[in-house]
Amino acid sequence: MELGKLPGFLARRLVKAVLVVLAIVVCNFFLVHAAPGDPASVMAGQAGAADPLFLEQLRRQFGLDQPMHVQLWIYVRSVLSLDLGFSHRQQMGVAALIAERLPATLLLTGAAFAFAVVGGVTLGALAAQRVGRWADSLITVLALTFYATPLFWVGLMLVLVFSVWLEWLPSFGMNSVGLGLTGLAHVLDVAKHLLLPALTLGLFYLAVYARLTRATMLEVQDQDFVRTARAKGVPEGRITRAHVLRNALLPVITFAGIQAGQLVGGSILVETVFAWPGIGRLAFEALLARDYPVLLGVFFCTSVIVVLFNLATDLLYALVDPRVEVA
Amino acid sequence: MSLLRIEGLTVALPPGADRPHAVEDISLHVDPGEILCVVGESGSGKSITANAVMGLLPKGLPVRAGAMELLGQDLCALGPEDMRRLRGDRMAMIFQEPMTALNPLMRVGDQIAEAMRVHGRQPGGRVMELLEAVRLPDPAAIAHSHPFRLSGGQRQRVLIAMALALEPALLIADEPTTALDVTTQMSILRLIRDIQQRRGTGVLFITHDFGVVAEIADRVAVMRHGRIVEQGVAADVLNRPQHAYTRALIAAVPRGARTQAVAQTGAEMLRVTGLRKTYTRGGWFGGRVSVPAVQDANFTLARGETLGVVGESGSGKSTLARCIVKLVVPEAGEIRFDGADLRPLSRAAWKPYRSRVQMIFQDPYASLNPRRLVGDAIAEGPITHGVPRAEAMERARELLALVQLEPSAMDRYPHEFSGGQRQRIGIARALAMRPELLIADEPVSALDVSVQAQVLALLADIKARFGLTMLFITHDLRVAAQICDRVAVMQRGVIVETGPTAQVFAQPAHAYTRALLDSIPGQGWTPPV
Repeated sequence: MELGKLPGFLARRLVKAVLVVLAIVVCNFFLVHAAPGDPASVMAGQAGAADPLFLEQLRRQFGLDQPMHVQLWIYVRSVLSLDLGFSHRQQMGVAALIAERLPATLLLTGAAFAFAVVGGVTLGALAAQRVGRWADSLITVLALTFYATPLFWVGLMLVLVFSVWLEWLPSFGMNSVGLGLTGLAHVLDVAKHLLLPALTLGLFYLAVYARLTRATMLEVQDQDFVRTARAKGVPEGRITRAHVLRNALLPVITFAGIQAGQLVGGSILVETVFAWPGIGRLAFEALLARDYPVLLGVFFCTSVIVVLFNLATDLLYALVDPRVEVA
Repeated sequence: MSLLRIEGLTVALPPGADRPHAVEDISLHVDPGEILCVVGESGSGKSITANAVMGLLPKGLPVRAGAMELLGQDLCALGPEDMRRLRGDRMAMIFQEPMTALNPLMRVGDQIAEAMRVHGRQPGGRVMELLEAVRLPDPAAIAHSHPFRLSGGQRQRVLIAMALALEPALLIADEPTTALDVTTQMSILRLIRDIQQRRGTGVLFITHDFGVVAEIADRVAVMRHGRIVEQGVAADVLNRPQHAYTRALIAAVPRGARTQAVAQTGAEMLRVTGLRKTYTRGGWFGGRVSVPAVQDANFTLARGETLGVVGESGSGKSTLARCIVKLVVPEAGEIRFDGADLRPLSRAAWKPYRSRVQMIFQDPYASLNPRRLVGDAIAEGPITHGVPRAEAMERARELLALVQLEPSAMDRYPHEFSGGQRQRIGIARALAMRPELLIADEPVSALDVSVQAQVLALLADIKARFGLTMLFITHDLRVAAQICDRVAVMQRGVIVETGPTAQVFAQPAHAYTRALLDSIPGQGWTPPV
C-alpha cells in the first residue's frame, strides 16, 4: 500500500463508519420502541402511581406524545451531539456512567485479546512445526477442550481452583476493598484481579487462533514460494518465521478483527461471574431494571467500538498485505 | 569432469502408488556450459529427478539407490545442513509457476538479497546488477515492488536473477516457460541460453515440449514412467529418434500444417459486430478502474467452419467467448446467431439458444462438479431442457462411447479420471445438448502433448460427424494451425487480423501476428515423423 493514499482512505472509511453507526442508532431506537410498554409506564409503575394524568405528564416530559418520526429525530439529534440521555434510576448522565465503566471493560477485553492472540499464534505455530508428533496432539486436544467448554463454567472452575482451594488469586472485583493502595502496589493488585477473568474470556479465542494458525501454516508450507526459499538455501528456522508464519497470519488478522468486537459482547458474562465493574455488567443491570437510556447508551458505545475495530483491522490488513488496495 | 553426474538413481514411491518407484535407475550427466533437456510427460519422473539432486524430495519419496555427484562431491553423503549450503550457492533451481513462486508479502529486491544473505554474502549493489542482467526494465523500481505488481514473465526473470545471485555452477530449470505466453517464453529461453553461454553454467532443463528442446538443447534425455528411454545429442534424438516412445512424442507435436482438408462451409451462422466489454471495479466512494477486455470485435462464422481466436493471456479471447454465451454480459454490440440478436435477450429468452450453443472449458479439473457422477453431469443439461431422464441417460452412455470412454464411467466421479479423460467427459457433456455451435476455450492447454493430440483428433472427428461449427480459443499457434479454417488474432482486446489460417501464417499482415509466429519454439526443426 502506498502511504500517500492513507488520509483519503481514512476519510472515506470514517464517513462510512458514521453512516453505519447512525443506522445502528436508528435500529436501536425502533428496537426499544417495539418492546411492550414505554419508559413512562415503567417509571410510573415503579413509582406506584399509575394515574393516567401523571402518565400523560411523564409522556409529555419525555416527548413520548410526539409522533414517532419526531421522536426519532430528537433522539438521533441528541446522539449526534453526543448527548446519550439521563438515567433516572442511577440519577446520573448516561455518558458519565459509561465513561466510568468503560476503562475497566477495555482493560479486561484488551488483556484477554492480547493473551488469546499471542498465546494462540504461538501454540498454533508450535503445533504446525511438530505436526503429527505428541506436542501437536497435546496442543490440538487442549485447543479443542477450550473451544468446546462454556465460558461461565471455565470461570467457575478457575475460581474454584485458584481462589477457593489454592487461595492464590481473588475471585471478584477489580481491586482489594479498603486497602487504599497506590502506585505499583495498586497496579499489581489490579493485575491479580484481572488474571482470572482475562483467562476465562481469552481461552476460547486462544483455542480458535491456535487452530486457525496451525491450519493456515500447514497450508502455506506447501506453497510454491516456500519451495523457492528452500531452493535458495534459506535455513528452516528462517523459512518458518519470514515466509510461512507471515503469510499464515493474514487470515488470523481477519478473524481477530471480527472477534475483537465480539469480545466486548462476550465480556457481559465474565463481568457478571467475576463482579468486574465494566459496561457489560452495567448493561446487564440496566436490562434487569428496564433502564432504557443506559441500555441504548451501551448499545451505541459497543457498536462504535466494533466499527472502530473493523476499521483498524482493514487498515492493519492493508499495511501487512501489499496486495490490498486502499480504495 | 562432469559438473553433475547421476548414476543409477532410484527413488521410491509411497506404498499403494501405481508403480513402486518414482524414478528407476536414472543415469545422466551435465557438463559445464551445456544444456541437457529432460523431456517427458507429466508423471514421468523428470521433476522428481531434479528435486532429488537439489535435496528437495518430500519425506514420502526416499532415495533408494544410486549416486549423485556435483563438482566431484557426493551429494548422497551430505547432511541436511551441508545440502542447504550448496542450494542457492553451487546449484540453483527455477520453477514452473512464476505466479506463485515468490513470497507475496516480500519486496522483490529483498527476496533476491535474501538468497545472498543466507549464504553469508552481502548483496550491496548486486541486486541491481542481477535485475539488469535478466533485462528487466527499471531495476530500481522492480526491486522495490511486491511480486503482485509484476507480470508472469517479469516474475520468472526475477526468479532467474535470484537463482543466478551466487553464480551457481548448475542451474536446474523445471518447466520454466510452460506457464508463460509464447512471446514471453521465447525471450526467457533466449535469456537462459545467453546467460548459460556467458557464464559457462551447466543447465538441466526439464520440459514436455519438443519445440523448446529444438530451441535450446545440446543433449536430450527422454523419460517415461520413471525411466530414461533414450539419451543423446539433440540433433540425433530430434531427427533420428530410436525409441518408439520418442517417435510417438515427436509425432504428437502439433505442427504448422492442417491435417485435413478445409471444411465445406455453408451459410453465415454467427455474426458479431462491434462487441465491447469493459471490466470495472470500485465506485461509490473509491476511484473507478476500468479495463477494456474486448473492444469493437467484429467477426463472422459460417456453418461448418472452425474459427480460431488466437492471443496471449489477457488479450480478451476468453472474455469474447464468454460474451457470446452470456456468461459475461457485454455492454455494446450485436451478436447475431441465425439472424437473431442474442445480446439484448433476457435469461428466459436465451434458454432456447442454450442448447444450440455449448461450451468446453479449459481446466478439466475445475469444470466438473467433483460430487456428481459423470453420467448425471452429462445428462443434466438435456434433463433441464425437458428430455425424460431415461432417454437422457441412454444418450449419455452413447456419448461416452463416442468420446472413447467405458460405459462404466457413468457411475464414477470425476476425480477417478485423468486430465485427458475429463476433457472427453467435458466434450460429451457439451454434445449432450446437440449443439450447432461449439465454443472451445483452450480445451487442450492443460493436457500433455500425446493426450492433446488425441483430444484434437477427437474434436476434429466429432465436428465432421455432427457438422458442427466451432469457435476455438487458443494461445498455441501450432494447435490453431492444425485445427482451424480461419484465425482471428487478438491483442489487448482488439482483433488485429483475421483471415484464412494458411494465409495468416504465410503472410502475416500485422506486426503482432509476425511477433507471435516468430516466437513459436523450434522453428528451425522439422519433425521427422
